[in-house]
Amino acid sequence: MSRIDVRKTYKLYIGGAFPRSESGRSYVVNDAKGKFLANASHASRKDARDAVKAARAAFGGWSRRTAYNRGQVVYRIAEVLEDRRDQFEAELRTAEGVTATRARTYVDASIDRLVWYAGWADKLAQVTGGANPVAGPYFNHTAPEPSGVVAVVAPDGPLLGLVSVIAPVIVTGNTTVVIASEPHPLTSITLAEVMATSDVPGGVVNILTGPQAEIAPWLASHMDVNGLDLTGVGDAELARNLEIAAADNLKRVRRPGVEELLAPPALDRMTRFQEAKTVWHPMGT
Amino acid sequence: MTSTDASLRRFLHGLPGVDQVGVEQRAAGLGTRSIKTSAKDFAIDLAIGMVDLTTLEGSDTPGKVRALAAKAMRPDPADPTCPPVAAVCVYPDMVPFVKEALSRSGGSSGVRIASVATAFPSGRAARDVKLADVEDAVDAGADEIDMVIDRGAFLSGRYLQVYEEIVAVRQACGSAHLKVIFETGELQTYDNVRRASWLAMLAGGHFIKTSTGKVQPAATLPVTLVMLEAVRDFRDVTGQMVGVKPAGGIRSSKDAIKYLVTVNEIAGPDWLHPDWFRFGASTLLNDLLMQRTKMTTGRYSGPDYFTLD
Repeated sequence: MSRIDVRKTYKLYIGGAFPRSESGRSYVVNDAKGKFLANASHASRKDARDAVKAARAAFGGWSRRTAYNRGQVVYRIAEVLEDRRDQFEAELRTAEGVTATRARTYVDASIDRLVWYAGWADKLAQVTGGANPVAGPYFNHTAPEPSGVVAVVAPDGPLLGLVSVIAPVIVTGNTTVVIASEPHPLTSITLAEVMATSDVPGGVVNILTGPQAEIAPWLASHMDVNGLDLTGVGDAELARNLEIAAADNLKRVRRPGVEELLAPPALDRMTRFQEAKTVWHPMGT
Repeated sequence: MTSTDASLRRFLHGLPGVDQVGVEQRAAGLGTRSIKTSAKDFAIDLAIGMVDLTTLEGSDTPGKVRALAAKAMRPDPADPTCPPVAAVCVYPDMVPFVKEALSRSGGSSGVRIASVATAFPSGRAARDVKLADVEDAVDAGADEIDMVIDRGAFLSGRYLQVYEEIVAVRQACGSAHLKVIFETGELQTYDNVRRASWLAMLAGGHFIKTSTGKVQPAATLPVTLVMLEAVRDFRDVTGQMVGVKPAGGIRSSKDAIKYLVTVNEIAGPDWLHPDWFRFGASTLLNDLLMQRTKMTTGRYSGPDYFTLD
């Protein structure tokens, strides 16, 4: 007797929970050979709004944690990912049609990247902040602080692309709303399951699946979003419009050129979504 | 009917019982109506005009109350088409500061001054003290008095005592309007809510109000539905209209619109006016303003752009 398939319903990840899209819509995701793989949720602008609300609610607690603790949490994501690497390798091979070796390379790189960013958590302030020499009897210190809620359009590389854009944003204390890759959304929800079980507080990372052209403009114009990372926006016209929409409340915008995901990252993904706080303090005798 | 405890009890316990499952399902059903575009515009402006902007904290200061009064008159300073709220609701000793702040604008805003009284929120004081509390608030310039009923007396069946107290407070109010708070979170059953509604209406309350906001659960849709049925039936019998004010726990525009739908469907469109329906709320106003801004600008707004209180 053949066993009935247990099919998975891929949903969104908002506020630490996995809700269906408010709109009730879904779209078909095919594997590399063009065969049906699963249905993914087709997020609406209201899901985006709910995600921003969840991210804002989580921001206070997350940004107040010590940098050391945030580093531990990001490292914990790497640990749990390491445990589930077989599942991710299998998913990458199905979704992208890559070889076993290639899939292993991507999972390795993703885990290593999480560890790399986790290490930066309590070191970045020493690099980007500092004591400024001023012409007067004052101590003058600059310390970086997180910008707030950062909306991210993730690139197509299903796992490494996602990890590369999420980790640097949250490790500095921001919370984030991510629009996952449109053709490869399933791995992002599996990664959300990793987040949900690795001490990342609900709402720090929120993941939406669906067409970026539909969801991204609402995030770009949202007055309660403080940063916008356009890494995954391929369409130049869309990127331009998103930048214009983001200007209304002076969001910090990151619009990189083509990037090689496997190349060692620089600091700019972290430093772009930080504010500099400078404090003057009178010097004693 | 209201001459003795026994006759009052006979009447109140003779009211038909509330079908709990039925009322909760009806409320849930009304909550699913989809209100969009121009209907939503109308509902949001109506809801803003129905808000009793409230601050009832031990830490209230004259400065905070003045800021609240300013917000009541111009909820969205960036948009002159935004209507003012219905009233500012404060403790009695804060009434003079509200009056001063409202009169500074020439008093033309139409914003009224509501004050809680009668040993709010517990109502545990001697009647003389409660009446003195009311007179104090009225003398200070309150247009509306929010009283609490003696829940202890009500729950132990001393209905006449509750009735007489409401009558006495109504007299002490003079020309000020009287809102009667039941604290439905302490009344246990929908039957009790229905009885309290009729008791307060018979005693001459201008408004019946769900809660103080200090007890959980505060206002819920089913409880408000039962009260709306009561005011509807009361008008059918006596021809007099009584207002309803849910208070506490209504925080989102979506919730407010559910209440408006319920008012329209249960009591009727006559009640869709700030004279007959109010929201006791503080955080609700900001959400209504954010939704309003979303409707006018086409983009989502954020809490950073509105005052906190």
